[in-house]
Amino acid sequence: MKDFDFKETFLNPIFKGNPISVLVLGICSSLAVTVQLKGACVMALSVTIVTALSSLVASLLRNTIPNRIRIIVQLVVVALMVILVDQVLKAYVYSVSKTLSVYIGLIITNCIVMGRIEAFALGNKPFASFMDGLGNGIGYGLILVIVAFFRELLGSGTLFGFRIIPESFYDLGYMNNGLMILPPMALILLGCIIWAQRSIQKELQEK
Amino acid sequence: MNTNSNTYTVIYSTVLVVVVAAVLAFAAMALKPMQDENVKKETITQVLTAAAQSDADVTISEDTNVMEMYVEKITDAFYVDGNGNRKGQMNMGKEDLNKIQVATTADLKNQNDIIKKIEAGQADLLSSLELPVYVLDINGKEITVIPCYGAGLWGPIWGYLAVTEDGKTIAGAVFDHKSETPGLGAKITEDFFQGQFPGKKFGEGEERFAVVKGGAKGAENGVDAISGATITSQALGKTINTWSKYYEPYLSKAAAAKQAAAEMAAAQEAAEEAEAEETENVEE
Repeated sequence: MKDFDFKETFLNPIFKGNPISVLVLGICSSLAVTVQLKGACVMALSVTIVTALSSLVASLLRNTIPNRIRIIVQLVVVALMVILVDQVLKAYVYSVSKTLSVYIGLIITNCIVMGRIEAFALGNKPFASFMDGLGNGIGYGLILVIVAFFRELLGSGTLFGFRIIPESFYDLGYMNNGLMILPPMALILLGCIIWAQRSIQKELQEK
Repeated sequence: MNTNSNTYTVIYSTVLVVVVAAVLAFAAMALKPMQDENVKKETITQVLTAAAQSDADVTISEDTNVMEMYVEKITDAFYVDGNGNRKGQMNMGKEDLNKIQVATTADLKNQNDIIKKIEAGQADLLSSLELPVYVLDINGKEITVIPCYGAGLWGPIWGYLAVTEDGKTIAGAVFDHKSETPGLGAKITEDFFQGQFPGKKFGEGEERFAVVKGGAKGAENGVDAISGATITSQALGKTINTWSKYYEPYLSKAAAAKQAAAEMAAAQEAAEEAEAEETENVEE
């Protein structure tokens, strides 16, 4: 097995091979948890931990997993990580775990996690898989945070719950964009991000 | 080794599942006390926040030790049934903070299931209700906090209403929800909405309280709904209406008892005064 360029393995999924904006995976959760920046950050962190650790575990097990049940084994590993993260959040940051409610549990079904295990971890050494999982988690989180930034700022006039747009603007007739709070706007923002990225990185454009 | 043989596959999956189950069981056991503590703390915070709205001098911030404050303010915590009879006592944690007992949302849900059965006209279950009541002393005023619980748009919504001594006037309210739409229904937890409640009064009969679309227009037993969140608003109105109905027997009994006690005290005072006067007269 050839040696991996760990930096490349880590950085590629953040920019050039971003799971959301390039692979267009994990869209559902990015619509659901990006209303507030705080929730998006915790979600990003949770997904990063889950992808990194489950890629690591799956990679450690890769030579022992019976081929016929490998998807089930992957699912068990991912589910284990997700439940652990959920339990820890409930114990230590209860208020955040309440805002995210079911979406933490739904990380199990996030295509990014399973996708990376199937496509990368099962064929690579543990450390490389760990870096790949970490990179994908951060790449996912980055998009989440960008979308949440615009949605919270324009939709509620706050960031992390702090008022950014001053009250005096509202007195002058400024209004929060109610559409920003609803899921469709996340999809439109996501479209804008993909558009922007493909205009800069021309090699991503499909012929 | 042939990793594709049936025996290997079966043994592999069995071992995997057992190991994973063991890890999860261990994690759940280790974290359970903290999770329960969080749930309890949240309930206590909400009870206190509702009660504290009756007095501007009492404030609760992120740094407040809610457990200590609760123990300091609470004077009585117990359950009542639908007929207004006292049923059981809750530990108020006066001796040990860790022993505070509160009714969490899970308990409220059970009660709500019974209430739903009663509403549907099934059997007489009034006496099997166990509704929690918290009596707090906020700067000398006796505030009774009663919860409510019901279905919102996406999931359960619940809240705590602080009621003054007359058993009718609302002194404060705190609401919470599991999964209402952020920015719309979820606004029931915000101050602008909860701030409408102090000073309102429960009405009589079936129309005890309402969250009104288009504005309550100064009605005593209604508040304005949240625009864009009609279903959550109406559900909240219905929840308050229903739960307050089952608390009514207790609240009116308690208020009557208090009034009787106050009258008795006044009468006694008057009698004592008269007696004192009489003795004075005799002495003259």
